Amino acid sequence: MVLFIIGGGCVAAMLVLVFLDMPAFGGKHHPYRDHAIPAAVQHGTANVVSAVNFDQRGIDTFGEETIMLGSVVGVAVLLRPGEHEHEEEGPATGRVLDSTRLAAYLVLAVTMIVGLDVVLHGAITPGGGFQGGVVLATGAHLLYVGGRYPALRRVTPEPVYEAGEAFGAAAFAGLGLAGIAVGGAFLANLLPNGTFGQLFSAGSVPLLSIAVGIEVACGTVVLLAQFLRQELAIRPNESG
Amino acid sequence: MSEVVVAIALTLVLVAGTAVVMTNDPERQAVTLSVLGIVLTVLFVALQAPDVALSQLGVGAAIVPLMVMLAIRKIRATR
Repeated sequence: MVLFIIGGGCVAAMLVLVFLDMPAFGGKHHPYRDHAIPAAVQHGTANVVSAVNFDQRGIDTFGEETIMLGSVVGVAVLLRPGEHEHEEEGPATGRVLDSTRLAAYLVLAVTMIVGLDVVLHGAITPGGGFQGGVVLATGAHLLYVGGRYPALRRVTPEPVYEAGEAFGAAAFAGLGLAGIAVGGAFLANLLPNGTFGQLFSAGSVPLLSIAVGIEVACGTVVLLAQFLRQELAIRPNESG
Repeated sequence: MSEVVVAIALTLVLVAGTAVVMTNDPERQAVTLSVLGIVLTVLFVALQAPDVALSQLGVGAAIVPLMVMLAIRKIRATR
């Protein structure tokens, strides 16, 4: 406890020194902006946030998606059926209002298209791989909201999506290693820059965005499948 | 004008956060948590951060409330 107070006090003192030296909020002096935006435009990336995520600081995104991979694996291990439980067939349909069912069916197609658009246009429009992947996974679960849990399980078989998540993470690492081969640094920008604002621009940022999109969508589907299976399918064994 | 929009969004966040804390039943807190997520998304869009807003919408308004609700129901069913 004493060690924590000493360490925490030193960190707090250093943070205060740093905050006093930073530019004021809402002012006109932005040193990070003066460096980040010209670098993004130089590589032909219209979405500067995606340029920072996948191009200038790609190693941070690599760490974050590895964290996501690890945590989904951890949840899958924790929520598997225990010794005194078994897994049975879930209910055929849920009790939902007709209006909810109609809304879920209508919004599902729109959500999938919006998710694909956000992932593919990661270098141009706001969003990128992570946001589009989450939208795609949430769109698939509108089947569950509409009361069709068995249909959801048929559309998202777990082995396929577990393999998809691993493939997405491996593709990101593979593009990073290809960066070493071609550009001399891990996750260096490989492909030609293209025209600013078009679909094929910003070098390898769209490819990295697609890899992260696949990984996040499949990972989120696996994550929610564990929770849904615990609630709907896993029952304790009858004692005796 | 933009300051007015940001001020309105911050007030909505304040109201939604208070509503989450004042909800007694954890299953119903999942729903108010979802409302808080949507209101935070509006705040981030008002502060000109659409990427953050998209992330917040997907995770904080859809996935986390669903996980919370499923976990609470499972714990209550086995009690």
